[in-house]
Amino acid sequence: MIELKVNGRSYEVSADPDTPLLYVLRDDLQLNAAKFGCGLGQCGACTVLVDGAPTLSCVTPIMLLEGRQITTVEGLGSREDPGPLQRAFIEEQAAQCGYCIPGMMMRAQALLQRNPRATDAEIRAQLEPNLCRCGTHMRILRAVRRAATLMAGPASSPGTAVTPAAAGPQLDTPDTETGAQGDARSRPAYSERRERPER
Amino acid sequence: MSTNVSHKISRRAVLRGTGALVLSFSLSPGAWPYAGSGPQSARPKLPGNLGRNPLLDAWIRVDADGHVTAFTGKAELGQGIKTALLQVVAEELEVPFEQVSLVTADTSRTADEGYTAGSHSVQDSGTALRTAAAQVREILIAEAARRLRAPADQLRAVAGAVLGPNEARITYAELVSANLLHVEAQPTTKLKDPTLFKVMDRSVQRIDIPAKVTGGEAYVQDMRLPGMLHARVVRPPSYRAKLLQVDVGNIEKMTGVVQVLRDGNFLAVVAYREFQAVKAMRALSLAARWEESESLPKQARLSETLLGMPAQDQVILDKHDAAGGPSKTLEATYARPYLSHGSVGPSCAVAHLTDGVMTIWTHTQGVYPDRQAIAEMLRMPLDRVHCIHVEGSGCYGHNGADDAAADAALIANALPDRPVRLQWMREQEHSWEPFGPAMVAKVRASLDSAGRIVDWDYGVWSNTHATRPGPAGALLAAQHLERPFAPPEPKPLPQPEGGGDRNSIPLYTLPSAKVTHHFLHDMPVRVSALRSLGAHLNVFAIESFMDELALAAGSDPVAFRLAHLDDPRARDVVTAAADEFRWAARPTPAGGHGYGFAFARYKNLAAYCAVAMQVRVDRETGRTRVLRAAAAIDTGQVINPDGVRNQMEGAIIQSLSWCLFETVSFDATRITSVDWATYPILRFSSVPESITVRIIDRPGTPFLGCAEAGQGPASAALANAVANATGKRVRDLPLNAARVKATIGV
Repeated sequence: MIELKVNGRSYEVSADPDTPLLYVLRDDLQLNAAKFGCGLGQCGACTVLVDGAPTLSCVTPIMLLEGRQITTVEGLGSREDPGPLQRAFIEEQAAQCGYCIPGMMMRAQALLQRNPRATDAEIRAQLEPNLCRCGTHMRILRAVRRAATLMAGPASSPGTAVTPAAAGPQLDTPDTETGAQGDARSRPAYSERRERPER
Repeated sequence: MSTNVSHKISRRAVLRGTGALVLSFSLSPGAWPYAGSGPQSARPKLPGNLGRNPLLDAWIRVDADGHVTAFTGKAELGQGIKTALLQVVAEELEVPFEQVSLVTADTSRTADEGYTAGSHSVQDSGTALRTAAAQVREILIAEAARRLRAPADQLRAVAGAVLGPNEARITYAELVSANLLHVEAQPTTKLKDPTLFKVMDRSVQRIDIPAKVTGGEAYVQDMRLPGMLHARVVRPPSYRAKLLQVDVGNIEKMTGVVQVLRDGNFLAVVAYREFQAVKAMRALSLAARWEESESLPKQARLSETLLGMPAQDQVILDKHDAAGGPSKTLEATYARPYLSHGSVGPSCAVAHLTDGVMTIWTHTQGVYPDRQAIAEMLRMPLDRVHCIHVEGSGCYGHNGADDAAADAALIANALPDRPVRLQWMREQEHSWEPFGPAMVAKVRASLDSAGRIVDWDYGVWSNTHATRPGPAGALLAAQHLERPFAPPEPKPLPQPEGGGDRNSIPLYTLPSAKVTHHFLHDMPVRVSALRSLGAHLNVFAIESFMDELALAAGSDPVAFRLAHLDDPRARDVVTAAADEFRWAARPTPAGGHGYGFAFARYKNLAAYCAVAMQVRVDRETGRTRVLRAAAAIDTGQVINPDGVRNQMEGAIIQSLSWCLFETVSFDATRITSVDWATYPILRFSSVPESITVRIIDRPGTPFLGCAEAGQGPASAALANAVANATGKRVRDLPLNAARVKATIGV
């Protein structure tokens, strides 16, 4: 038995010691966020944090992880109470199929924990190992920048203008704060901006 | 117009007399796009896919508590279709968005809407749901009118209730009764005036994203059924490989292994835990001995190979109008390699045989055709096979989804009463998915002395772009069985949508033009539908060549296109993209910077799209960096503007990946691009600094779809920008660093 600390809880795991962490997270702990993408450490879909560092869980056997602090997207918040990074991804609608997104989020989380004022170039460099096939990159970058601002708090907003708004989300103006919570069903976000041809 | 023909006079009478707040639109074939006419060919055509099941309660149901459930045969593929369809229903039915839920593609619950493909979902299912919702609203108003003894035109639907004189209010829940909605749709519909929209044409947040960013159960990969086993297949190492021998004795003894299956060339392992299945798969792979044979063409001479293959020629355009004499003639050949769908999550399915019914949870694009193929493969009656769509990783066309569903079904068939989850490995997805076909296009055109195109001759060489299920032989597992099913005969998809010849007819005004589709029957490499089908290469070729002609004519690329475009919506989208990009104010290309523009109307009948791009080419390395892109799109009536933007941004970035980096590689026997190291795609360092999308809204016009409008224009805009930056034209995709460097010759 190997003891794993995941999202602040301890688990006794009976899987073979050579089992990559990803399979234990998904099958033994029934955590969905970390995804199987390649099993080769090439795509980043399985990224989690180990002691705060982004780690490819598909190629990291659990025998190396005893006593280490493992964090997955489930550790960032919940659907009912999403954390800043989760809120930012919802507010920026930063997903198409979304399969790569948890890996993106964990790699971004590692950067923002270390440097909440990361520049655009630093965010891009940080996310370089992670693949997105839908082409959601622009939104992922926006979401990470927004998360940085949310984490920094309202008093020290760097760069982009982000101000809390009572109105619903204005998705068409990406740099406007929305105040939306996780459940789009209960808080539909409307936008008024429409463009029409001149004629 | 035949839209007033009806068989159900009473219902039609009810529908006709109501609705102060709604407009009546004539639904003629010219006004709305029609898809499959379904079973009621003798009846008037119904809008969208409504004819596939004309019963209103096949699409919309209202519960006794007032909750509305909508049913679509289309599937969420990450394009945001669930949210868009809910917006449509909420709007027309006059119910709050959050009171509507949606059931998607399921062979026991939803209409057969074929495949979720071709940017058709909003056009076909959205139109059907919109029509059904509007008719349901009018039925509810009519029922309220009957109960209140008030004229229907004094009633209106608001927030899930019908309001009448003297503050009368009856909720939908109170109005519905057993069979009220169990009636056939009528040919005329009172659709809501777009100026009154409250939910449509708004950027409603997608309903699927919260679960996806919080670790919710969002994908078929996340399914866990009680007692579920994990399976892996071992695929042959190459297309024609035959299994000579495999000793499974040691594998059956491995920890956790439940069963090893062999049927002809089909091999699979089943274990209690997923990683046990992976380890057993690896051992089984090492234990299997295969006989392989060479069957693949020389990759270095792919274009020549395609041009030399026997072709079935179809002339799809041949017109000869009077024009000025040619003063300059240009010709060029363009090509693309085989392209991988490259889903980030390998294909997956869960199957469960119980009580003689095979249930398969799959991320297929077509639950009904997949069911048909799997039933045939298993030799089971159709009604004993049940396919339910559950989201997977984005597919972008026909990837391994259907094959994985078949694999899971075949394995579950051997293990009754045990749910089986099967997922492919990365190398299986990369080497066995059906690729987007390699293609070649040759074009020759002449300009008159005034710089106008006077003749045009275009030919495109391509395999089919559709080898999807329906027949069992389309499934890999079925092909690999001891009693194999033969792959179906490849066929060209017909115009006007076309397959390899999709968008091969330019939308430009050309006095004389000939377009030939050279359909290649033989398929040395497994191919099928990749997002936008032949439109990708055809628009790349046509729009690259338009730039070459503009240069020869001494014209600005945008002005040259406008000079040959009559369609006002096409002109608007070109003008809007040029304006969004500030095309007229762009600097003279210098320092490796270049500017490119391209336009197409997808399938010549769907969304209009134009893209402008700025690149910087590093002359030392040949590497192209896209700095910014600006796009304009006219997708008809917009449902969710942010959803359109998301699709357009994705189309542009995915196309940059195809065109800058991607090539399926192979030797004489095997596919050799088997992972992300051997099949590199775009990463963040190649993402543009900015992408902006301008949407031209066309309220009240038919939905045109948007998911595949951008690939062709984005690809050609890139090539045109590279040519503008370097002064040299690269006509073979991908425009990778090595090829650009070789072309500019530094």
